[in-house]
This record gives sequence, C-alpha cells and structure tokens, in this order.
Amino acid sequence: MTAPEEPVRRWRGTAGFAAVFSAVAVLALVAAPLLLEPFRLGLLAKYLCYAIVALGIGLAWGQGGMLTLGQGVFFGLGGYAMGMYLKLNDAGGDLPDFMVWSGVEELPALWKPFANPVFAPAMVVVLPVAVALLLGTLVFRQRVRGAYFAILTQALAAALVILLVGQQGLTGGTNGLTNFFGFFGHDVAADETQRGLYLLVAAVLGALYLGARQLVRSRFGRLLLAVRDGEDRVRFLGYDPAVVKTLTFAVSAGMAGIAGALFVPVVGIISPALLGVVPSLELVVAVAVGGRFELAGAVLGAVVMGYARTYFSEELPDAWLYLQGALFVLVMTLAPKGLAGLAAGLVRRREARA
Amino acid sequence: MEGVLNQLPIGLSIGAVLLLAALGLTFTFGQMGVINMAHGEFIMAGAYTAYLLQGVGFLIALPAAFVVAGLMGLILERTLIRRFYGRPLDTLLLTWGVSLILQQLARDLFGAPNVQVASPAWLRGGIGILPYNRLFIMALAAASVLAIWAYLNRTGQGRRMRAVMQNRRLAATSGIDTGRVDQRTFFIGSGLAGVAGVALTLIGPVGPTLGTNYIVDAFLVVVAGGLGQLRGAVLAAIGLGLLDSYAEFWSDASLAKVAVFVVIIGFLQVRPQGLLSVRSRALT
Repeated sequence: MTAPEEPVRRWRGTAGFAAVFSAVAVLALVAAPLLLEPFRLGLLAKYLCYAIVALGIGLAWGQGGMLTLGQGVFFGLGGYAMGMYLKLNDAGGDLPDFMVWSGVEELPALWKPFANPVFAPAMVVVLPVAVALLLGTLVFRQRVRGAYFAILTQALAAALVILLVGQQGLTGGTNGLTNFFGFFGHDVAADETQRGLYLLVAAVLGALYLGARQLVRSRFGRLLLAVRDGEDRVRFLGYDPAVVKTLTFAVSAGMAGIAGALFVPVVGIISPALLGVVPSLELVVAVAVGGRFELAGAVLGAVVMGYARTYFSEELPDAWLYLQGALFVLVMTLAPKGLAGLAAGLVRRREARA
Repeated sequence: MEGVLNQLPIGLSIGAVLLLAALGLTFTFGQMGVINMAHGEFIMAGAYTAYLLQGVGFLIALPAAFVVAGLMGLILERTLIRRFYGRPLDTLLLTWGVSLILQQLARDLFGAPNVQVASPAWLRGGIGILPYNRLFIMALAAASVLAIWAYLNRTGQGRRMRAVMQNRRLAATSGIDTGRVDQRTFFIGSGLAGVAGVALTLIGPVGPTLGTNYIVDAFLVVVAGGLGQLRGAVLAAIGLGLLDSYAEFWSDASLAKVAVFVVIIGFLQVRPQGLLSVRSRALT
C-alpha cells in the first residue's frame, strides 16, 4: 500500500520545499529591502548573521548530536580576521587607532598578513575550520562526547574571551575592534553599502542553507544521523564516527566564521562580549526554540529570538531575562522539538483529518 | 625562587575555592547526569544568605546557606529536572533558563550593584603571606570533603547513593528507591554550592552574576577529575588551582586560562574518562 505512495510524496515534498524556499527568498531579497527602513534592515541583517551560526549549530547539534557551546569562538575568529583587515585598510599604512591609544609602536607580526585582501577573507574560514578540526580530532578520537564535549567547548569560549580582553594592544581589549570606515572600497556607513551587505548576508545564508540541506540528505548525512542515534553501532559497522563528527563540527565552525566576518561590517563592531559563553549559549537556545531537528527551524529560531530580544529589551528591559528564562524552561519541557516540531504536528493533524 | 614558593599557597587556595564550587557538581552530574547550570546561582544564593545573616554570625551562615541552596535544588529537581532523566544535554539548557530567572530575581531583590559582606573579626590578619580567610576556605574545603567521604562510606544512605551512581538499573532492581536517592543527592549537591557561596563572600563582593564566574571552571574540575569521584575532584581542583596560579605567575592571567584549557585537552588524550573513573565493561 505504502510503496507506490512513496515517490509521489517525495515529489510533493521537493516541489513544496522549492516553492516555500523561493517564496522566502523573494521575501528576503526583494520585499525586505523595499519595505524596511535602513535601521530595521540593518537589524534584520544582524539576525541573519546569527542565523548562519544557528544553521551550523543545527547541523552539529540537531543532526550530529554534538552540543557545541562554543560557536562564539569561531564567530569571533571570523569576525576578528575581517575586523583586522578592515582596520588595517582604514589606517592605510599607519597603526590602527586603538593600538596608538594602547601605546603600541610597531604593527605586531600577527597583524601584518591581515592587510592582504585575499589572505584575510580566506582566514575567515580557514582559522575556525582549523581550530575545529584540531579540537574535534583530539576530543572525538578519544571518544570524549556528550556533556564532556559541551563543557569543553564552553570552556574554550570562556578562555578566548579572557585572552582577547587581556591582550589589549593586540586585540583592542574589551572594546574589541570598532570604528570602521571602509568596506572593500565602499563607505561602510552609507545606506547603499548597508543594503548591499544585507543582500550579501541573505544570499550567503540561502546558499549555506541549501548546501547544509544537501549535506544532510547525502550519504554522509545519513551517517551523521546514525552517529547521533547510535555511535557504537556505527563503529561496529566499520565507519569511524570520529571522522564524521570532526568534519561536521568543522563545517559548522566554518559557517560561524563566515557569519562573524559578515557581522563586522553590518554591525560595525566585534568584541569579546559578542562571543563569550552567554552569546554562544543564547544561539544554542535560539536553535532549540526554533527546532533543532530541522535546519530551517534553527534559522527561524535565530531570527525570532533576535526580534524578541530587540523588542523586549526596548519595551520591558527588566522582564526580558524572566521571559527568556521562562521561555527556555517551557520549550525544553513542553516542546523539545521547538517551533518546527509544533508546526509539523499541526500539519500532521490536518493531514490525518483530510 | 621565593616567588615560586609564594605561588604554592595561592594555588592551593584557588584550588580550595574550585573544589567547594565543584564538589556538589561531581554528584549531581556524576550520579544523575544532570548538567546543572543553575549550580552557579545556588552559589550566589549561599552568598546572599551570608549577606542577610551578617549580624547573626558567620558560622551560622554556613548551615543556613546549605539548607537554603539545598532546598532550592530540591525544588528544581522535583518540579523540572525529574522529567529530564536520560536527556542530559537538555537539562543544560533547561537549567540555564532557570539560572537566568534566578539572576534577575537576585537583581530585583538585592539590587544590581555588588554588595560587600564584612568578614568576621577573627578572620582578619594572617600568617606570613597567607591571610586567615584563605586558610579558612582551605579548612572548609577539607571539612566538606571529609563530611562527604564519611556520608558516602559510612552511612546507609551514602552506600545507596554510590550504588545508584555506579549502576542505576541494578540498584533499582535491588530495591533501592532511586527517586529518593536522587532527591537527596540533589539536596546535598546544591547545599554544597551554598556553602561555597558563603566562602566566596570572604574573598570578594557578592553580585547577581557571582555564580557564572565559577561555573565553567567548576565543570572543568568535574571533567578532569572523573564523574562522581571524590578523590578525582579533590586532585583535579588542586591541580587546576596550582596550574592556574603558576601559569599566571610565569605568563599573565589571560594566557593562563588558555594554558589550563590546553592542559585539560592534553590530559583527556591520556585519560578520556578523567583522572579516576569507575572501571566498567560498558561501552563508554
């Protein structure tokens, strides 16, 4: 009975997905820039940057079962790589302003290669991926997993923040890197540039989403799900779960790095406060709220939580933490599959009635 | 050379603070697999208990904080965490939500700025470079470890707790009420956080985010020491305390944290289960 139905349903699924995806893409790429004033468009661009990180978390955690509480680290590596390039470009051969204020006299060797317009953007992806590959190899090969992995990534985020704050002359300390003027020859503050950046962020998010979706539906994705649900069985079948996990972790880190690099010109700052333990956790929670088992849920969660944060911290600053806390508790207790899970439940119920 | 020797007591006292903060976690995490992010807020609750009881006497604050934090833990376990057994990673996010609520509650009750708890007169002064308050924290950590050791090894309740920790299902089959054991574990583990909070008032101001400063390091102690291992936790806490103080001595504070992280990752290469672990043939 079910066998002949299967291709039909799959076809309907693909066509349905294509329709929904194109509708969202048109809405994001055409309608949003026309309808939103520049300030609101900038906010949306910021949330979409977070959505890129969330997509990576959805991949690593939702599909791969690796709860990573340190995505801020990779976001930061990408952000600082881009920030260093923009800073050097603005300074035009002189020292960046904050170094002058901290009494640094010569450009540190670490900074020099970041003046190169090819090297710096490459580092945006290379650095996070390299760190994730190293950490993943060391940790997963020893079968350190679950809560241990979560705690280690969290400790890494905490350590990076302390390092960045401590090395004031090299990193700008607590203030981070800010006061950018140009972005590859454009005035970064101009409405035109910001609109272009918004389109860039939205396009990158769309492309990465399609890529991640393809990855999940591939053989590799099947293996990843299998590792999540029964790591030992996968090992007994002759696969190496450590390789699958490390590669996925590296992909999610690369996404966070790209997001960080885009975040810098959009928001105009990268600082330790944006990438510590709390911001990293907040993104994980956004993914949980949106629905960790669906990539689209992760993206949705980041955007919804971004808006909720802006709205409530403007309207009810004191109540926001209560609301946020209560929301996590409610989602985790009542709807562990998040908004996406609730939506799927509604669709199923309607189909059952039809 | 003198500097190197001076670092030793500093490292030991950092280790004692870490140990107090992590002691409760080894059991809630080790026995129940609950990653309690609100543990830090139980530390904060203990510290505010000491703040409220300032006139009454410092030594009374210790048991009071134990009971206050323990009851908070018990309520959390009964109302929420109970529904989450077998989903350890979800408890992390759940308890983080709880911790946000508790932080804001502290802000509304006591105000956002830090408050200072006056140290009792008999803890002012010190021997050489080692102030009495640091010595007291070390003694308190030692006493807590001793008390827990006695509870685990010399009482029936402690024996049942170890049984549940080592093999929950077998313990249940043997007639142990694992639910009750879980409640007790959570009460004791959270109560220890309260005691840690009182100790922290001796070395710094008290604020709503007091606990968050310690929670990450405390979890690292548990990971490095091995789950549910009293000896492991003691060794890991002292080791990390010494490492922290010496790394800070030879480089600077910001590099010290990175060094600690690198050492822990390196250490897990040799002993992925932590310093000590229950030997078992189960798949890890």
